[in-house]
Amino acid sequence: MSDKTIRAGIDRRHLLTLGGGMAVAGALAACGGNTGRSSSTSAAGSGSGSGSASGGGAKVTLQQWYHQYGEAGTQQAVEGYAKAYTAADVKVTWKPGDYDQTTAASLLTAGGPDVFEYGNGPTIDMIKGGQVVDLSGLLGDAESDFNPAMVKRMTYDGKLWAIPQVVDMQLLVYRKSLLEKAGVTPPETIDDLMAAAKKLTSGDVKGLFLGNDGGVGLMGAPMLFSAGADYLNEDGSFGFDSDGAAAALGKLRELFTSDSLLLGAPKDWYDASALTSGLTAMQFTGLWTFPDLTKGLADDYGCIPWPAMPGGAKSVVVGAYGSCVSAKSTNVDAAKEFVKWLWVDQTDKQLDFATAYGFHIPARASLVPQAKTLQSGPAKDAAAYAQEFGHAQSSVLWTPKCATAFGDMMSKIVKDGADVKAEIAKVKAVAEAEVKRVLG
Amino acid sequence: MTTTPANVEVSAAAAAPTRPPLGARLRGRQNQNLWFWVFVGPFVLGLIIFIYIPILWSIYLSFFESYNTVTPTKFVGIGNYLDMLKDESFRSSLGTFIVFALFIVPTTFALSLLTAILVARTRVMQAFFRSVFFLPTACSYVVAALIWKMSIFSGVRSGAANALLGLIGLDSIPWLSVTKPPWYWLVIVSARLWLQVGFYMILFLAALQRISPTLYEAAAIDGASAWQSFRYITLPQLRPTSAAVLLLLLINAFQAFDEFYNILSSFGTYPPYARPPLVYLYYVALGQGQDFGHGSAGAVILTLVILIAALVFNRFFSFRGDD
Repeated sequence: MSDKTIRAGIDRRHLLTLGGGMAVAGALAACGGNTGRSSSTSAAGSGSGSGSASGGGAKVTLQQWYHQYGEAGTQQAVEGYAKAYTAADVKVTWKPGDYDQTTAASLLTAGGPDVFEYGNGPTIDMIKGGQVVDLSGLLGDAESDFNPAMVKRMTYDGKLWAIPQVVDMQLLVYRKSLLEKAGVTPPETIDDLMAAAKKLTSGDVKGLFLGNDGGVGLMGAPMLFSAGADYLNEDGSFGFDSDGAAAALGKLRELFTSDSLLLGAPKDWYDASALTSGLTAMQFTGLWTFPDLTKGLADDYGCIPWPAMPGGAKSVVVGAYGSCVSAKSTNVDAAKEFVKWLWVDQTDKQLDFATAYGFHIPARASLVPQAKTLQSGPAKDAAAYAQEFGHAQSSVLWTPKCATAFGDMMSKIVKDGADVKAEIAKVKAVAEAEVKRVLG
Repeated sequence: MTTTPANVEVSAAAAAPTRPPLGARLRGRQNQNLWFWVFVGPFVLGLIIFIYIPILWSIYLSFFESYNTVTPTKFVGIGNYLDMLKDESFRSSLGTFIVFALFIVPTTFALSLLTAILVARTRVMQAFFRSVFFLPTACSYVVAALIWKMSIFSGVRSGAANALLGLIGLDSIPWLSVTKPPWYWLVIVSARLWLQVGFYMILFLAALQRISPTLYEAAAIDGASAWQSFRYITLPQLRPTSAAVLLLLLINAFQAFDEFYNILSSFGTYPPYARPPLVYLYYVALGQGQDFGHGSAGAVILTLVILIAALVFNRFFSFRGDD
């Protein structure tokens, strides 16, 4: 669940904001889309037949998949990058809809991509199932320049399985004028936050928006981080059966029943509209909403990391799409070369991809000072938070089954008021069995 | 050794003219067999490829450990089945949907029958009413679910339901965000009824129009009340249709997916309440899970539950002493 939040958030937002026509056109293109596989074999194999022996011999064809980014121009940009690559013929497929599902399913078949992006890198089952290729060594000297939290997240068993493309983040955004009017300062602790939410609530305007489910799907991880806990510890053992973590999750229940949370907004947390249309004074959301926030509120908004519990730490959640290479590719080496070229060597293209269309943070620290979008206002603060308080969304060992159990737990705690420790114990049983299965 | 090969050949040749060639025999009289397969063949082929092979493959997968693969190698016997039966979430989703079926089947049945009778009796604008009630059937479940979720039952004042509450001075209710009271059932059930009642109404309407009016005339002469004609003429005459409708509704209830998924799921997760078995299996086997072994075992269990429910229902309803 939480593993998916950043990505899913972007997907939903894009799906919702995109014109229906464009989505339909995209779907049609995807349906008729040639996977490139057949042409890759024919291109590589028919070199002798063609006879027009051009110096370097026949180029291989690589198929590269992206999920549908909503910002205008992104698709043209990645197609441009692919065209600029000369060592192979790269065909870009732009996949709207359930990208994760389609991609995961296509890896079972011969019709999948050679190179594809996947949120926070491939899943542990893809790695264990031998569906993706080890990319260790591709970063070379640049390794220390990449966002360390994301490199760590995409590393398993000492090997790198994906290369981070751009960093996305989630943080707390507030309307300055509403806070000033109520005499509230941006909260530093969870208790401050709860008091502020209450004070900012009046009638149909609520103090805080954590998603229409009251933070069930979104806030589990930030709450654990704020208590200094995590899904799993470094050694893979269960990470949140502590009193602090239980207290933190209990706070969400308090918020839920305090009548200061916005629930059931027409557009969920991943959209700026709850804040811009005045339904709430504070909202946990993604960095990607900043262009809309600026459009709707000009400079009447600010951002802060998610506050801490006593003994814990502030955090912003960071995640990144990682570029992976399919083990079923007929041109694994060529695919790895291309991934290295685009996501390691071509820093100008990486900067363009991160800042010219959507609102992201470059995956390489040395590019952040060059990003014009991140040099002023709340965006500058956000970029600094990502460095200082950035916390990867989840552990690679946190499988979908763990995520489902975690989501159930969150719902029962927050919405039903179930006993926090008993619910945590249930997740622990599931998670320990899963980690054992994956590692075993 | 009296029969030489030559003899055999001669006798075969003698018999040949009386039997048509093999090809002609296979084609049947007037090429009947050929045409049968020309028309039926493509559908049978589609059925085999898209229905039977997947079902058999799924049963095969349910006995293997198959994470991220459909060609598994590790046989686990009934391990997946035991896991699924031990899985509290799966059991609770099955339990929830048995209760849901017990509620939604009679409710949809009664409402469609009622609308059918009202529409059949009305003398003015019958075609209009018939279309109006039937139209929702043409609406996509996904579209309806999104309208219900975002326009009618959104939690803010601008939602239709909350605007109504505002008119009588009540606070907004976050319909889909709270579990106590479980308002989400109101949202889901109203969407489902709106979508389904029209379709079953048409089935009943067709059956109602086939009941001979002479029966009612005879009953009227005998002085039967409206209730008596309904109870002793209409209901028994509708028996075959009712049986079909109930069975369809029952299967439909257990196969619930679209409106539940679209109303209640939020960014990659689905709450643990009102979670249809199919939605749970979707998260297990599709999505990021890709655990086809457990997913298939769950699907087989669900099929068995539907089968048993259908058999029990058949026993009690269709073959209840033919009076």
